[in-house]
Amino acid sequence: MAKLNLKSIKKSSKDAFITYALVILVYIVMQILLKGGHVSSLIQGLLVPMCVYSLVAIGLNLCVGYLGELSLGHAGFMCVGAFTGAFVSKALRDSVQSNLLLFMIALIAGVVMASVFGFLIAVPVLRLKGDYLAIVTLAFGEIIKNIVNVLYVARDDNGYHFAFSDTKKMNFDDSNGIWLINGAKGINRIPNLSNFTIGIVLILIALIIVYNLVNSRSGRAIMAIRDNHIAADSVGINITKYKLMAFTISAAIAGAGGVLYAHNLSTVTATPTNFGYNMSIMILVFVVLGGMGSLRGSVIAAVLLTLLPEVLRGLKDYRMLIYSIVLIVMMLFNWAPKSIEMRKRLAEKFVKKNPTKEEA
Amino acid sequence: MKRFNKVVSAAVASAMVLAMAACGGNATDGSQAASSAANSNAAASSEATGNTGADQTTGTSAGTFVIGGIGPLTGGAAIYGNAAMNGAQIAVDEINAAGGINGAQIKFLKEDDQHDPEKSVNAYNSLKDQGMQILMGTVTSTPCVAVADKAFADGMFVLTPSASSTDVIVNDNVFQVCFTDPNQGAKSAEYISDKKLATKIGIIYDSSDVYSSGIKDTFVKQAPEKGLAIVAEEAFTADSKTDFSTQLQKCQSAGAELVFMPFYYTEASIVLTQANNMGYAPIFFGVDGMDGILSAENFDTKLAEGLYMLTPFAADAKDAATVKFVDAYQKNYGETPIQFAADAYDAIYIIKAAIEQANVTPDQSIKEIGDALTSTITTIKYDGITGSDMTWAASGEVSKAPMAIIIKDGAYASVE
Repeated sequence: MAKLNLKSIKKSSKDAFITYALVILVYIVMQILLKGGHVSSLIQGLLVPMCVYSLVAIGLNLCVGYLGELSLGHAGFMCVGAFTGAFVSKALRDSVQSNLLLFMIALIAGVVMASVFGFLIAVPVLRLKGDYLAIVTLAFGEIIKNIVNVLYVARDDNGYHFAFSDTKKMNFDDSNGIWLINGAKGINRIPNLSNFTIGIVLILIALIIVYNLVNSRSGRAIMAIRDNHIAADSVGINITKYKLMAFTISAAIAGAGGVLYAHNLSTVTATPTNFGYNMSIMILVFVVLGGMGSLRGSVIAAVLLTLLPEVLRGLKDYRMLIYSIVLIVMMLFNWAPKSIEMRKRLAEKFVKKNPTKEEA
Repeated sequence: MKRFNKVVSAAVASAMVLAMAACGGNATDGSQAASSAANSNAAASSEATGNTGADQTTGTSAGTFVIGGIGPLTGGAAIYGNAAMNGAQIAVDEINAAGGINGAQIKFLKEDDQHDPEKSVNAYNSLKDQGMQILMGTVTSTPCVAVADKAFADGMFVLTPSASSTDVIVNDNVFQVCFTDPNQGAKSAEYISDKKLATKIGIIYDSSDVYSSGIKDTFVKQAPEKGLAIVAEEAFTADSKTDFSTQLQKCQSAGAELVFMPFYYTEASIVLTQANNMGYAPIFFGVDGMDGILSAENFDTKLAEGLYMLTPFAADAKDAATVKFVDAYQKNYGETPIQFAADAYDAIYIIKAAIEQANVTPDQSIKEIGDALTSTITTIKYDGITGSDMTWAASGEVSKAPMAIIIKDGAYASVE
């Protein structure tokens, strides 16, 4: 009976449920290992970053894999989410006691802000296609980073003070107030609210949203636009609307990743390494390696590639060299036509050897 | 089928990771063996000379202090991280050769953070897995803020050689060897006005850098009180640090007699070259990040002639401690040490002094050691190569006298 039910489920939903189950399974296994004290501090410290990058990769996959538009600005959305979330939680630290509630407020603020930015950017940008869009989003990411670096916000007894670059005009006396955003110094002393459980819950929510979206009428419209822009237009699909929808949701998920990122470290600054185009490209690597349009692949790739350079620490100076080589090998193994062919042959042999196993 | 492929790829990848990890394990084992061999050599040599023989015998029973170092060993800021780690290693070797701390040897481990807070926390966790008890780091400010918070949760004692932001020392367990940024800005303004170098000041600074904008802010605040007029205040960012002609032109047309450059020497070498090309020759004044300019790549060191910098360390100083350190550094690493190396060298000796004062032993927990050192460091007074009579406030800030250096005949020279 159960088996029949399983078969009657659509292939797409089955795919989604397998991904949810995998994430939950990883969570349970990790929790058991953590309770037993079998996890090194290094891995414990990496749990939240792995969730962060998985989230952003899920977001970008919606944009690149399903909408078919190459975005190199997702680190920018992450940055917006991180700064908004950190700003809110730092500003409200004294008035909100519950950590979870504070994080929820910060998360909502960060996600809303990132989606607003996503929407604003999408309106002019989505008139472009392909390479042009990629370059404009790249520029956008850099603009965000530079604006954040000259933004000063402080609070004292007289209320909030804002300034761009020129702190002298703020009339802010730092003896009886606090800096909320201090230009290049970013935001410091952010309450440490992220944890593995929150990260996993966010990943699950993002997965549910994206899976449901892509398997809905809107999702089919989005994919139709990806596959043939003109054909989609000719059958009456509102291209602008669906493009905006996908891009905004994608930005919002990246923003959620940013909020999680900011609350894991007590400091957040917009530097080229964390919110520059390098990060955008890193996230794109997760998506491409995991397979465009495969959310499960994105998560697995994000986890593996976040883990890899850290696990390789023992190699000292050769670490980043080996990391790059492993990246090339993995990319070839996953996507070279010959290797796909070889894996298929191997898989067929494997299935023949285990006749009891149903075809996967 | 596709799913199966995924499983296979994941399995192969993880197998690869495991293989790598195994290699890594071997590598660290190897280095541990090497260092313990070095230790036993050191022990043998000190016994041979008949020195501290008694200490040495207690040394074996007293165990080992594991001190971790974190800094950027790769990437754009690598020169600072590597210098600091080299300096610390020299101090550790010297202490071990001389019988250790209260008889206990020191094991020094270093990890790379690429000047990124997230990587720095990873490095911290990795060192903790390797048994670190005391942290000498991190070298740069922003990562240090993130690591200091994690270390505070663990109760670990942190002494940073060169993270100069005031945000670093908000936690009780963190202390600095270097000046804070505000302190450097204020001292620079004070120095320029006391020595009557100039009254019309132009500033070029990196608005995307914590260190640079931190120093600039206090300099600007202090300048009017010291009778200095700031005629130009020009910013650049990490993304636009290859051309400074606009900033220099503005300084020139505003009539700045002195250009204050609170940033690192890589950019400074470009500023100096471009100023020379446009025939603008004010006094250039840098802070401790300027240290190292004589070894900058593709830079004609003649252009740095007459450059002032406010730094606590001068490699040409003639006192015995500095000479010994500079000689050891040149022998081991083939170059003149910069201030970061000296800071880290002092940091290790300060940790030693604090451990001796607090009388902690390696078998105590991280938190016990941390608490003991945090309360004793404020009571010690230390004479090092980056300043004499160094004392610490409970806030973590160091108090010592700054020193100005001028570049003369292609070498760093102290200003009398």
